[in-house]
Amino acid sequence: MAIVEFLGPINRETMEVDIANLSELKEVFKDDKEIQEWLENSAIAVNDTMVSHLNIPLLSGDKISLLPPVCGG
Amino acid sequence: MVDNLLELYSGPLKVDDILNRWYNSLHNENFGAFISFVGTVRDEDRIEGLSFDIYEPILKNWFNMWQEKAKKEGAIVLMAHSIGDVPLHKSSYISAVCSPKRKIALKMIDEFVEDFKKSAPIWKYDIVDRERVYAKDRSSALPNSGLLGR
Repeated sequence: MAIVEFLGPINRETMEVDIANLSELKEVFKDDKEIQEWLENSAIAVNDTMVSHLNIPLLSGDKISLLPPVCGG
Repeated sequence: MVDNLLELYSGPLKVDDILNRWYNSLHNENFGAFISFVGTVRDEDRIEGLSFDIYEPILKNWFNMWQEKAKKEGAIVLMAHSIGDVPLHKSSYISAVCSPKRKIALKMIDEFVEDFKKSAPIWKYDIVDRERVYAKDRSSALPNSGLLGR
């Protein structure tokens, strides 16, 4: 089981997902319109490292974070 | 030397305390230049203030990357940011660069603040009628965003 956390304004509780690869997360959210909208412009981190592709195998306990557009300062 | 060069505070920043402390702990370190940037919440669009969420683990990684970059030029970077609500005309963000000579610090403060705006995992909300409203239009997508989109 990997953990998915939704950061900032994506108002969702952390969830557990049973997936072996990051690309499988697309399938998990395919019918969730609200999350789909966020996914269009969110970046992804695995265990707090930003990723640039989806071909990333996941181990149990890995943390996936979704980071929507930012504005500090 | 100050030990923790990235400082996060709940609510508005105490600008005089932070800048005094940074200056006092660094002026004996032989930096010829200390350049600071203080961001203050402006009264515009009838907002009552701003509010911030921060994702600390990735912010720390980003900041450490900048510290390494600064070190190569004999410089250091410092930063303070608010978490939660900050009223009008108070500060939510301070950054500074110290370097042996002025040119590096002047150049680096610009690059550091610009990259902060683009890359730091911080989310901003306007406070309107005491509610937080995500500042979507002023926000920028991080690099490699949309990988999980359609």
